[in-house]
Amino acid sequence: MCATCGCAEGSRVTVTDDAGVTHDHDHAHNHDHDHAHDNGHGHGHDNDQGSRTVTLEQAVLARNDELATRNRRWFAGNGVLALNLMSSPGAGKTTLLERTVIELGAELGISVIEGDQETPLDGERIRATGAPVVQINTGAGCHLDADMLADGLRTLDPAAGSMVIVENVGNLVCPALFDLGEDSKVVIASVTEGAEKPLKYPHMFRVAQLVVLNKIDLLPYLDFDVEQFVEGARRVNPDVEVLEVSATRGDGIDQWYGWLRDRHARLQ
Amino acid sequence: MHELSITQSVVTTVSERLPDATVRRIRLEIGRLSGVAADSVRFCFDMVAEGTPLDGAVLEITESSGRARCRSCGEEFEVNDLLALCDCGSADLELLAGQELLIKEVEVAA
Repeated sequence: MCATCGCAEGSRVTVTDDAGVTHDHDHAHNHDHDHAHDNGHGHGHDNDQGSRTVTLEQAVLARNDELATRNRRWFAGNGVLALNLMSSPGAGKTTLLERTVIELGAELGISVIEGDQETPLDGERIRATGAPVVQINTGAGCHLDADMLADGLRTLDPAAGSMVIVENVGNLVCPALFDLGEDSKVVIASVTEGAEKPLKYPHMFRVAQLVVLNKIDLLPYLDFDVEQFVEGARRVNPDVEVLEVSATRGDGIDQWYGWLRDRHARLQ
Repeated sequence: MHELSITQSVVTTVSERLPDATVRRIRLEIGRLSGVAADSVRFCFDMVAEGTPLDGAVLEITESSGRARCRSCGEEFEVNDLLALCDCGSADLELLAGQELLIKEVEVAA
């Protein structure tokens, strides 16, 4: 079983490049990180049961965090803005991303890393727009981690000063815990989900720098209380910005583009 | 089910730091606000540890309480869920503790 994502034995992480060529990784993790941990063996205390206690005091996610720091340094050194898009399956991440790369891709130099358990489908949708894209399939893994992102970046090779948007595996729980080295985390929710989502999944909404509420064109057909949703998001994350958007009809899309332009400009 | 990957990280970390040890007991600290369910870690531990230096080790988990400071009134208090409110009614809390996810210590055969 894999060290970082817990994917089952035999499950493989694959990275598929722009030309549709798949690079199989027996395990994307566990190799070639020269690790910076102190391999010293802590403080040992012998006791009389023939055993000794070794104090480790080590963060469980130290390895992921170290690789995320490495990614973050690489982004900073190259003036690349990286965003991590997270949502439950079906909130409209890929649709928002498709529209964004079509309308803003050339201006901001957007390339995409698509994360899904299986299939190249989302990567193909982005590739059809002409934007550079790499598809990561996590197999049984329920989230992207910093090592998978580093692998994806080596294949994507984004230009200095550009923007990389990472679409994480659709899941409102696990991706919240794994820093990828991104500049900002964006959580997408949709009005076809419940307005209480932020309260039910506080860890995810707490780590977001921006919440995009998508599919607002469907509001007339639904009993969805936008105010209740925004209140819930601010309850778990008091300063979070919330944008109301329809990725299909285009409502609020200019605010989303404004947010992207602003984040990108800050790095240049 | 990120607890499976968390548990795997624990086992890998200890196996790498103490490759020749036989681990009899391991103690983790999991903060109540960490987003990791201690019971789920317990559930997967034996399976993940199988065939490693931690095979058969006793898993002890200390679940540490959360503490927060209210950014509105300055009050400090214990919190054990992310939806907690200060007595003054504010939800604007700075978390001071409770998000720990640490391998504290292991007991190894001498």
